[in-house]
Amino acid sequence: MRLITMRHAAILLLALLAACAKPAADETGPAARAPAGIAADSPWQPVHFFAEGQPDDLADWNVLRIAGGRLQLNSGVLPYDLNTPLFSDYAHKLRTVWMPKGQAAAYDPQQEFDFPVGTVFSKTFYYPRGEGDSVLRSADDGPDLRGGGLDLRKVRLVETRLLLRRKDGWFALPYVWNAQQTRARLMRGGELVSLELVDAGGKRESADYQVPDQNQCAGCHATDMKTKALHPLGPRARHLNRNFAYGDGLANQIARWTQAGYLHGAPPPQSAPRDANWRDANAPLEARARAYLDINCGHCHNPKGPGNTSGLWLDAATQEPLRLGRCKLPIAAGKGTGDLRHDVVPGKPDESILTFRMLSDDPSVMMPELGRSVVHEEGVKLIRDWIAAQQGQCG
Amino acid sequence: MSQPTQPIRASVLAVAAAAALAAGCGPEQAQHTPTAQVAAGDAAFAESFRARLLDAKAGEVIEVPAGRYTFDRSLTLRVDGVTIRGAGPDKSVLSFKGQKAGAEGLLVNASNFTLENIAIEDSKGDGLKVNEAENITIRNVRVEWTGGPSTKNGAYGLYPVKTRNVLIENSVSIGASDAGIYVGQSRDVIVRNSRAEFNVAGIEIENTINADVYDNVATNNTGGILVFNMPALSQQGGAIRVFKNKVFKNNTANFGAKGTPVASVPAGSGVVVNSNDDVEIFDNDISDNATTNIIVSSVYSTGYKDDKAAKDFDPYPERISIYGNRLKGGGDSPDGLDLKALKTAIYGLSGHFPDVLWDGYANAALKTGPQICIRDVSGVVNADGPGGYKSPSQDTKPYACDLPKLPAIDLKRG
Repeated sequence: MRLITMRHAAILLLALLAACAKPAADETGPAARAPAGIAADSPWQPVHFFAEGQPDDLADWNVLRIAGGRLQLNSGVLPYDLNTPLFSDYAHKLRTVWMPKGQAAAYDPQQEFDFPVGTVFSKTFYYPRGEGDSVLRSADDGPDLRGGGLDLRKVRLVETRLLLRRKDGWFALPYVWNAQQTRARLMRGGELVSLELVDAGGKRESADYQVPDQNQCAGCHATDMKTKALHPLGPRARHLNRNFAYGDGLANQIARWTQAGYLHGAPPPQSAPRDANWRDANAPLEARARAYLDINCGHCHNPKGPGNTSGLWLDAATQEPLRLGRCKLPIAAGKGTGDLRHDVVPGKPDESILTFRMLSDDPSVMMPELGRSVVHEEGVKLIRDWIAAQQGQCG
Repeated sequence: MSQPTQPIRASVLAVAAAAALAAGCGPEQAQHTPTAQVAAGDAAFAESFRARLLDAKAGEVIEVPAGRYTFDRSLTLRVDGVTIRGAGPDKSVLSFKGQKAGAEGLLVNASNFTLENIAIEDSKGDGLKVNEAENITIRNVRVEWTGGPSTKNGAYGLYPVKTRNVLIENSVSIGASDAGIYVGQSRDVIVRNSRAEFNVAGIEIENTINADVYDNVATNNTGGILVFNMPALSQQGGAIRVFKNKVFKNNTANFGAKGTPVASVPAGSGVVVNSNDDVEIFDNDISDNATTNIIVSSVYSTGYKDDKAAKDFDPYPERISIYGNRLKGGGDSPDGLDLKALKTAIYGLSGHFPDVLWDGYANAALKTGPQICIRDVSGVVNADGPGGYKSPSQDTKPYACDLPKLPAIDLKRG
């Protein structure tokens, strides 16, 4: 206990010192850029878009920085959230978007927006801290940016992924935070990060959180196996159409992107498509389950994605019951079948391969194949409920 | 679960039960050879190898020196035109023992890819998966699960899927819990001079169009060489030639996970054609497969019948040509109570099935009939699947026909 107290005190002291050192801020001023990786509270330059190359330090991009004991967002870097996010080992996520001055994305109701060259997305994976080195296994209610960024006393940063729109397409770079939370370095080969998750009831679970290697980024983001081109997955109308707690209050994200000059051609939010929030108990079960399957599975399990070899398509556009797994036979699933015969057996989640694979944490059995090492219990429950509510039986 | 009209399907359950009992007891399993002894490689190379896969340029050859390199996560390649070349399948080993993340050993989504002279061992899931690519060469590669046959092993050894122009040669797959060498939903394929042993399915060609499978050895698998079509996939396969192979003693108890198509394969199956059209089986040495040396069946017998799934799917095997094979032994101890009962009913306790077993499902609307043409065999049993296996027939006259020969596959590799 004493050690913990002392450590907290030391962190507080550092935070205070950092705050004292803060100069009169001119965040967009032309002051010389601080050396990479130094957690200075010096003024920072605008976001630097590297049209090529792979900077070793996340700080080089000037999108995010550590200052004042917080992970801060540069001016013009807009945070956003999704109605239903992809599950990644209970990590919370701070998502941001930035575009070059005068550039905007073109709205599309279904497909990804047409983002301009120079667009930088960042996604920082973090956990609320528990006791000692543990982290909390808790639901992500959106980043708490009050005070000007994520409070590092409260969160453990794991990795920040950048997705960049370069001239020849999208490009992904994974950066991993050091234990001191002072800098994030490029880890193109990915990494396994050992975590101890503690849930609200005190139950502990260890996780080998996987930072994907650069090729594995494509495992999810290359939604078309033929073109192999990467695509952003979250920032689409149906995922973005919701409110976000901005510094100046709650506002709809599509409206705010438009207002910020990042989006043109968007209708009023009430006319844009909107996915259900999978945790919204007031939303229809069908809509919640489909939103969950869409964001967690649909990027692979679609007619063109890597999971199309299975014949199981779970993207938002798919409507045919067989393609959605209803009474569908497994293909090349190996032991992923769990000795079960159909992907989805109406009314019988325990006889459905979909449930079985979500319940596994064996890499050769579980789905999705990447991006998690523990079971998403709440997600499984949703899909179980969805299957349980289906009527009929298999041939 | 069991339905009286589907004895072969019902036998799946019996097989699984038998497998549980027999695991480790089979005489064949004792012959399993231990893996090659290879000195541990440079740990730094393992890490640089991952980086080289990321940074590879078209035309690059990535050499893997002799040694055993351990990875706790999958490797992936996405750049076209790359060759990965080891010092030999018993010298350069990519080991995934203790793998913590990733569903394959090596996952490739890249065309003009060559993997040669190397081994992949003990991956959690598939050994090598190549998904949606063209011009693939897999040469002198060994994929092995070193603990012997086990349901815990990864599903597929060598696994090109949705690929075009594929050559697999001089390769070995051992211990896959589904198929050792599995080519799925692909087109223009040659599998030759390779060996598949102690897998559930030795070599499996599924939903693939135009494949030549020759000069291979398939032994000690549950089923030796399988030519399968499954419903609800991107394409229906056909035009497959299986010739000059040695397919013997595929009697290892089925250790596939139930629910997989291969879990329905009775132990002791030599060559199995399932729901495929245009298959030619000739000049093979097929022997001592205890259920029977050759099975021709429909998806109905594998228990994968589903009305909705079968909507656009032709479940019946048609234009199957079997001739000029050297067949010996086998059929003496069919797997599963129903097949045992069928055998005993027709041939008595000490008798055996003849060389070919057909489940008898045929499309009644087809004027030409199924055109299953069989010569040079000891006999054929039509098991009368559609009739609930009540009136099996040994009449060989329906098979006295000839079909035009299928053309050889030319991959234009020069």
